[in-house]
Amino acid sequence: MKIDRRGFLKIGGLGILGVAAKPVIDVVSKVKLAEASAKKGVLVEKRLAMVVNLKNCKDGCTDCIDACHGVHNVPYIANPKDEIKWIWTEQYEKAFPDQEHRFIGGGMKGSPAILLCNHCDNPSCVRVCPTKATFKREDGIVMMDYHRCIGCRFCMAACPYGSRSFNWRDPRPFIKKINPDFPTRTKGVVEKCNFCEERLAKGLIPACVESCKNKALVFGNVEEPNSEVREILRSNYTIRRKPGLGTGPQIYYVV
Amino acid sequence: MFEKALIGSKKYWGLVIGLLAIMGVGAIFYLQQWNYGLGITGMSRDVSWGLYIAQFTFLVGVAASAVMVVLPYYLHNYKAFGRITILGEFVAVASVIMCLVFIIADLGQPTRALNIILYPTPNSILFWDMIVLNGYLLLNILIGWNVLASERKSVPPPAWVKPLIYISIPWAVSIHTVTAFIYAGLPGRGFWLTAIMAPRFLASAFAGGPALLILLSLILRKFTKFDPGKDAIQNLGKIVAYAMSINVFFILLEIFTVFYSQIPEHMHHFEYIFAGLGEHGKLVPWMWTSVTLAVLSLILLINPITRRREGILALACVIVFFSLWIEKGFVLVVTGFIPSPLGRVFEYSPTIPEIFITLGVWAMGFLILAVLYKIAVAVKEEIET
Ligand code: SF4
Ligand code: SF4
Repeated sequence: MKIDRRGFLKIGGLGILGVAAKPVIDVVSKVKLAEASAKKGVLVEKRLAMVVNLKNCKDGCTDCIDACHGVHNVPYIANPKDEIKWIWTEQYEKAFPDQEHRFIGGGMKGSPAILLCNHCDNPSCVRVCPTKATFKREDGIVMMDYHRCIGCRFCMAACPYGSRSFNWRDPRPFIKKINPDFPTRTKGVVEKCNFCEERLAKGLIPACVESCKNKALVFGNVEEPNSEVREILRSNYTIRRKPGLGTGPQIYYVV
Repeated sequence: MFEKALIGSKKYWGLVIGLLAIMGVGAIFYLQQWNYGLGITGMSRDVSWGLYIAQFTFLVGVAASAVMVVLPYYLHNYKAFGRITILGEFVAVASVIMCLVFIIADLGQPTRALNIILYPTPNSILFWDMIVLNGYLLLNILIGWNVLASERKSVPPPAWVKPLIYISIPWAVSIHTVTAFIYAGLPGRGFWLTAIMAPRFLASAFAGGPALLILLSLILRKFTKFDPGKDAIQNLGKIVAYAMSINVFFILLEIFTVFYSQIPEHMHHFEYIFAGLGEHGKLVPWMWTSVTLAVLSLILLINPITRRREGILALACVIVFFSLWIEKGFVLVVTGFIPSPLGRVFEYSPTIPEIFITLGVWAMGFLILAVLYKIAVAVKEEIET
C-alpha cells in the first residue's frame, strides 16, 4: 500500500484526534463554507429579491429598461400584439389594481411603476410548465430554458402579472444591437426577466440595478439580515403586487 | 375490415375528396405558420391562446360524450343504444385526434412536442391531459374496432374488451375534468377560476356530443341502409335536453356568483362578453347569439311535442351545437385573457390563416370520421343482408 506523507498525516491525525476533535472540525468547515460564499458574494445566497423605490423613479427615464433589453437581446417590436418586454413601466393603479381608489395621492396616480418578473416564491408559471423549461433555482430565481420550451404558453396563462412574452415571430431582425455574450431566442418560445442570472454568475449585479442613477432599484438577498434590501424593507413601508394570490412575489415596492 | 373504406359510392368519394381539398388548403396555411411563427394568428402577448386551444377544449367535450351511449348500453343494458355505441366511439376517436392536432398546431416549437414525455412533469396539468387523451384514444380504437370485428363474424367480442369498456366510462369523465383543470387552477384568471368548470364542461359535452350524434345518425339513415333506430334517436334527444338544461343552469350559477359578489377581477370578464368594456365589444354579438340559441334550443327540446318531431329535433341539435361551439369553442378561452392581469383590454380575432388551419383540422377529423363510419356502416349492412 502506498501512502504519501500528507495522506499518512491525515489518517494519523484523525486517529489521534478522534471524536474529541469533531466540534473543532465542524467549526473549521463552517468557516470554510462562509469563506466560500463570501467569495461568490451575497449574490448566490438564499433568496434573491429586489426593492423598487418608486419615489426615486424619475418620470420618463428608461435607463433600466434600455440596459436590460440591450444586454439580453430583447427585440424592440412596436406592435403591441407581438411585443416582448422583460422590464417595463405601467401606471401605478394598473400595476397595483388592489390599491386603486379615486383619491390616490402622493403623486402616485398615473405615475409609472417599474414591472418585471416577480421571481415568485410559489410561482404558478413553474407549476404549470409541462417540460420544466420554466423552473425555480435554489436561490429563488425563476429561470427559462429556451431550448426546452415547446411554446405551449401555459405559463403565460398562469402568470398573474403579465410578466411573460412569447416570440410570435423571429425576434432577431428586431434586435437593435446584438450582444454576442447572451443568446438570442428563436420564434416560438417564451421569455422573461432572468434576474441577470448570467451576470450574477460573474459576480455582477443585475443590469437594471447597475444602470439606475437614482437608486430606485436595489437587489440582494432577503434572507441575509444585514443586506441592503433588508435594510430598506426594515426602514420603509413596502407593498407587493397581488399578494393575495399566494404566489409570493419577491419584488417589493416602496411607495 | 379496412378495405370497406376503399369501396364506396360517388357521393362517398366526393365527400372524401372535398375534405382532402380543405385539408390541403389548411396544410398550405400551416406551412406559412411554420415558417413565420404563431404571429400569423390573431393571438397576442395579452391573449396568448385563441381559436386552436378553444377548438381543442370543445372537442374534448365531443370526445367525452361517447360515454352517453356506452354507459346506458353496457351498464344498464339499454338495447336501443346497441346499434349506435360504435358511432359514439368513432366520434370519440376522430375528436381526440383533432384535439391532439390542435395542440400541435398551437405549439410554438412543434418539433419539441415530445419534451412533454422526455421530461415528464406531474405537477403540470398538460402532462396529465396528454396521458388521459392518448389513453382515451387507444381505448376507443381498441373497443370500437374489436366490437365491430366480432359483430361482423357474429360472435361476442373477446373477453378482454369488456373491462376496457368499463374503464372507458370513468376515463371519458377524466378527459374533460383534466381539461377543465387546465383553466380552473390558475391564480389571477378570474374568468376561469371556478370549481364548477369541470361540471360545466361535462354538462356542455353531454349536450353537444349527443346532439352531433343525433345529426350523424340522421345523415346515415338518409344516405345509407343503416338505421340507428327511432328509439335511440329519441332517447339521445332526451339526454341533450337534460344536459343542455344543466349546462344553462350552471352558467346562471356563475353569473349569480360573479355579479352578486361584485368582485371586479371576476366580473369584468363577464361584462366584457355581455356588454363590452368601453369601446371594446367584439365578443358581445357572439355571446348573445349563443344565449339566444341556447334558450331557443331549450324550448324546442324540453317540449315533448317538438322534441318528438324528428325534423325539429334535428334543428334543435344544430342550434345546441352552434350555441355551445360559440360559448366553449371560442368565448370561454379568449375571455379568460380579456381584460389582462394588468387591466388592459386587448381584443382578439382569428386571422384568415388561423381560420383555414382550423378548418383544415376539422376536415381531417371529419375525414377520419367518414372513413370509420363507412367501415361501420358497411359491416352493419353486410350483417343485415
Ligand atoms: S411573476 Fe409570473 S413569470 Fe415571474 S415567477 Fe411569478 S408567476 Fe412566474
Ligand atoms: S411555453 Fe415553454 S416555458 Fe411556458 S409552459 Fe410551455 S414549455 Fe413551459
